[in-house]
Parts: sequence; C-alpha cells; structure tokens
Amino acid sequence: MRLEYFQMIDRVVALDVEARSVRTLCRVPQASTIFEGHFPNYPLLPGVLQIECMAQTVGWLVMARSGFSVMPFLAAVKDAKFRAAVAPGDELEFEGCVVHEGSGFSVGECKGRRAGKAICEAQILYRIMQFPNSEFRQAMFERAEELKLPLQEFSK
Amino acid sequence: MSATFDKVADIIAETCDIPRENIKPESHAINDLEIDSLDFLDIAFAIDKTFGIKLPLEQWTQEVNDGKATTEQYFVLNNLSQQIDKLIAAKGA
Repeated sequence: MRLEYFQMIDRVVALDVEARSVRTLCRVPQASTIFEGHFPNYPLLPGVLQIECMAQTVGWLVMARSGFSVMPFLAAVKDAKFRAAVAPGDELEFEGCVVHEGSGFSVGECKGRRAGKAICEAQILYRIMQFPNSEFRQAMFERAEELKLPLQEFSK
Repeated sequence: MSATFDKVADIIAETCDIPRENIKPESHAINDLEIDSLDFLDIAFAIDKTFGIKLPLEQWTQEVNDGKATTEQYFVLNNLSQQIDKLIAAKGA
C-alpha cells in the first residue's frame, strides 16, 4: 500500500470473471505523511481510504470483466460502514463482487477484513467510460502486472 | 396511468427524494424533475433490478447526441415507461 500514490492494493490474490468475485490483500504502511494528520500520535487509516481500497478491489474486477477495454470511475458510495480502527502495520483483505452491470455503469459490493474480522463494507457505483488516452490504459496494465493480475486471461 | 409508470415514479420518488405527487407521466426527468446524470444511474440501477432489464442508456445518449432522437423520447416518464414495457416484452419474446 502506497497511500501517497493511491496504490491501495498490494496484490490481487483471486479474480473470477464468471463468478464476478475478487479478493485482494494489502498491508497498511508503518509510516505515511497521512498519519501525521490522521491523527497526531494516534495514526489511523482514514475511512475514506478504506473506501478507496474497496473501490480499487472491485474496480479491477470490473475492468477484467470488460477485457480491460473500459475504465471504471468511482461515482457513488452507499451504505459505507467502518467497524473497527485500522492502524499502521495491519494486514487487510478485501472481498468484492459485481452485483449489476448496467449500460454505462456497474455496481459492486465489497467488504474489508483484518484477521477474518470485518472492518468495513460498502456498495459502490462506477461510471464506465473509455480510457481517455492510451497512456492511461498502459499505466493500468502495468499496475495490473504489479498486482499479479493474470492479464493474458482477460485482455481483449 | 400504467403499472410501469407507477413503479418508475415510486423509484424516482425514493431515489431522488422528490414528492411522489410531483412526478407525472408528462414529467421530463431532466428538465422538469431536475434529475442529474448521477441520480439517473441510481434510477437506472433500480429500474434494471425491478424489471429485470438493462436500460440502454449509452445507446439513448448516443442517439440524442447524434440528433437521431430527442431527450423527450426517452426521458419523459410516460415515454420511458413505454420503452421499459418494450424491453420487458423483448426479453420475454
């Protein structure tokens, strides 16, 4: 997890296009400028960044289901809950699924856990758009490789 | 008023917090009810789920942008309800 670069996920450990499911892992860094403000001498991973973890987890699944031909952009978050404080060094697991694919949008659900216990959950709505440029798409491919996503299985 | 319109109006009232009595068959979702594109995605999600269809929003938007259709054809609620009925019929055919 590199918070300053919004690289929330360390690894995609499972992604099933047919079953519409995805599982990711990440480790909260010990140090980050974010913890200097949130909070002084009491570092916690902000809830908004847990939302980003969930959005990226399901976002990779949305992309994979399209054959990496489109980009999901976060549009709405519903029923977000944060059940426990998340601290530096915590190992997190996120499990998500796509619950609906509409015309120009997708809806997913995701849950985060630490040591098997729920820490957060939300329903996420994405606008589905074409990649605005080829460089952006290429950057997403490169990031997918870093996450160990088996690109050759999904790319069209 | 059709049963489809009633369901669509209920969805819009709940999704956008618009008084149900203000939602009429002749209401234009954008011009009269001031529903923006993000709220319309929520409405489309609810309509898709309720009727088991997939509203072709991208196709409609393209047709409007290309001048091949007017927004009234798709976003006046009576017309929207008729489009939904067509999609339901096509699904069952």
